[in-house]
Amino acid sequence: MQRLSRDQMAARVAQDIPDGACVNLGIGLPTLVANHLPENREILLHSENGVLGMGPAPAPGDEDYDLINASKDPVTLLPGGAFFHHADSFGMMRGGHLDICVLGAFQVSVTGDLANWHTGAPDAIPAVGGAMDLAIGAKQVFVMMEHLTKSGQSKIVERCTYPLTGVACVNRIYTDLAVLDVTPQGLRVREMVEGLVFEELTRLTGVPLLQEPVRAYA
Amino acid sequence: MINKIVPSVAAAVADIHDGATVMIGGFGPAGTPAELIDALIVQGAKDLTIVSNNAGNGETGLAALLKARRVRKILCSFPRQVDSYVFDALYRAGAIELELVPQGNLAERIRAGGAGIGAFFTPTGYGTQLAQGKETRSIDGRGYVLEYPIRADYALIKAERADRWGNLVYRKTARNFGPIMATAARCAIAQVNRIVELGELDPEAIVTPGVFVQRVVHVPGSGLTVTGRVEAAA
Repeated sequence: MQRLSRDQMAARVAQDIPDGACVNLGIGLPTLVANHLPENREILLHSENGVLGMGPAPAPGDEDYDLINASKDPVTLLPGGAFFHHADSFGMMRGGHLDICVLGAFQVSVTGDLANWHTGAPDAIPAVGGAMDLAIGAKQVFVMMEHLTKSGQSKIVERCTYPLTGVACVNRIYTDLAVLDVTPQGLRVREMVEGLVFEELTRLTGVPLLQEPVRAYA
Repeated sequence: MINKIVPSVAAAVADIHDGATVMIGGFGPAGTPAELIDALIVQGAKDLTIVSNNAGNGETGLAALLKARRVRKILCSFPRQVDSYVFDALYRAGAIELELVPQGNLAERIRAGGAGIGAFFTPTGYGTQLAQGKETRSIDGRGYVLEYPIRADYALIKAERADRWGNLVYRKTARNFGPIMATAARCAIAQVNRIVELGELDPEAIVTPGVFVQRVVHVPGSGLTVTGRVEAAA
């Protein structure tokens, strides 16, 4: 089977972001989505530290460290972009004004519970940032992650074993193997990579999946 | 005559007492009032409770205040950074108390503190470790957590321009926590890059009205995040 690369996953997520959407791309893998947004769509990128209408990274030498993103990297502002304080920024999330947020994850459960902020390791320094606000805020929450851990365990699970970021908050999961919707009936497989069959995907995932309607990966 | 301008960062922080709760603006380097923090270290107040998004980088600013062992407790959302080793060591040694707050709850608790709200229900954190022991309620079928406001004795913030009434405008994403922290502190102290005459700031564009600001101190060059440039070059 043809596993998707990280960039192919990002391109696949980008296809589903419509013209006019306000979008927050989480730290890590989701930031790659910005590189694949179709040029013919006007999409407003939000950053939790107080920007809407964020542009690409500045040219070397043009960095302004008063204009940074949530990863604290220098960015630019598009014409029409705006700055605002933290309470407004998180009001945009919590108030449901963002159309989509794309987040990385350690685990997602069959009911859409998300774990992405803490491994629970006893010596880890805990840090949550905006993860919990993003998880419950946007109209649609997309998770983007490898389907399996490095040791081959499914990151889609019956119940999350890592500490939760949000309860029943994920709408869709994009992995290097498949696209799945979280539905009241369970996880519905929308797409699979070429060469992968439903039975094999179910075996790798280790939880019951709903088969129909299935189409080939776009 | 109202004149909130004080002559130096030392004068601005002179009365911060031991045991005070101090909000410190900034998100990473942007908006961090570095010179006010340095003055607080020199001033010597200890046993402080700090409210800030992060817990310091490298050994400057807030990290230096922690390293000097002036801080008893910190409320923040994201202490762990690649270079937060001062905080990390204190935390692992049990030498600092941490209240970890989701970033939006931190912002809203500060906003509530400044707006006279008694408490509020928020969906953020519901069903997670960070809501353990907190009152919850189901409203229209959704779970919410009761969160209380945060107020402070002092807020140290950075803005771009001010007038003598304490009206402030900020620069780009350096705005971040400044406007809400100014409202939630009994004494908000702003370090600013430029001081202008009354009337020079466009009243339609003033972000923080002077009523929320008690002291203004001129720190030339502080409109740019110089520490960010230094760190980026390192």
